[in-house]
Amino acid sequence: MRLITHNMLKCHVRNCDNPDKQFPLRFKGAELEQVEAERNDEFLVRMIPRLDWRALLVTAKELGIELPENIPEDPENDDAFLQALHTAILETHVKEGSMVCNGCNHEYKITKGIPNMLLAEHEI
Amino acid sequence: MGLATPDTSHLSRPEYATVYEPAEDTYLLLDALEADRPLLLAQRPTICVEIGSGSGCVSSFLNTVLSPSTSLIISTDINPAATRATRETTNNHGVFEQCQTRFVQSFGDRLNNSVDVLVFNPPYVVTPNEEIDVTEEASAWAGGSCGRQVLDVLLPQVPELLSPNGRFYLITIEENKPNEIIEFLELRGLRGTRVMERQAGREHLSVLRFTRSE
Repeated sequence: MRLITHNMLKCHVRNCDNPDKQFPLRFKGAELEQVEAERNDEFLVRMIPRLDWRALLVTAKELGIELPENIPEDPENDDAFLQALHTAILETHVKEGSMVCNGCNHEYKITKGIPNMLLAEHEI
Repeated sequence: MGLATPDTSHLSRPEYATVYEPAEDTYLLLDALEADRPLLLAQRPTICVEIGSGSGCVSSFLNTVLSPSTSLIISTDINPAATRATRETTNNHGVFEQCQTRFVQSFGDRLNNSVDVLVFNPPYVVTPNEEIDVTEEASAWAGGSCGRQVLDVLLPQVPELLSPNGRFYLITIEENKPNEIIEFLELRGLRGTRVMERQAGREHLSVLRFTRSE
């Protein structure tokens, strides 16, 4: 699972609805793998508005990944920014571990790079 | 002729026994996406979501249809074997992600107004309601009364999910009452048409395509 996906996952346990707590999910025991991928700047620029930058920064800091605090005015022409973004969201994969909700403490497991977000009957 | 169908030969492995193998419904959806290639390329989708990806055949093909443009393609399925099969099928050049979840529940409102291409080949077979979700295998095709019980949970969310230029592709059979589905979404601001049809045995399959009406 790349960080780009993690940036979109929210806790959806019943009654867990504090937006500040249910997102982003906090990693626990995350096994990371950097997989080099061809950079596509056009795609990165299109993706920027879809990202929750605040959440991405929180997660990057948690994992020790370099990411600028602010999105530049002109990202298309900022090579350093695009490289940092590319590495963070597209080349950083979480293979195993879990994601914990800061609101309700529910743990979602990641197995072989795929997150399991299914809930039990009583949690829905 | 046309784009190559994704290789799903790995589905013969025992670990993928519960995963739906591509069939006529799958191929009709591939054909509809391929026919819309000029429109899809012009749209420049950034985020695509396939709900109930099964083998991953459609997700993989969608990426090919969109090439050389790049899009994030998220495939969801409740069956963990299907998420793994999808990962194997989409193990090529592209940005593919899999998530084990029901519909897009794991994303909360993060995907609201954000899905540029939404694709769903639902469990559409008419069955008793008790058969829905009984086994991983049945979750792929058991659709309950009118074959609509699973789809009907998703339908109200579709208008919220689609981006301004977003499009939704759906497989139906006549028993699912496609005209009723079209009407339901029309009342919620989406214009729908049957873009392709095919008879496959006893099933009259259609691909419905929805976009936002002005």
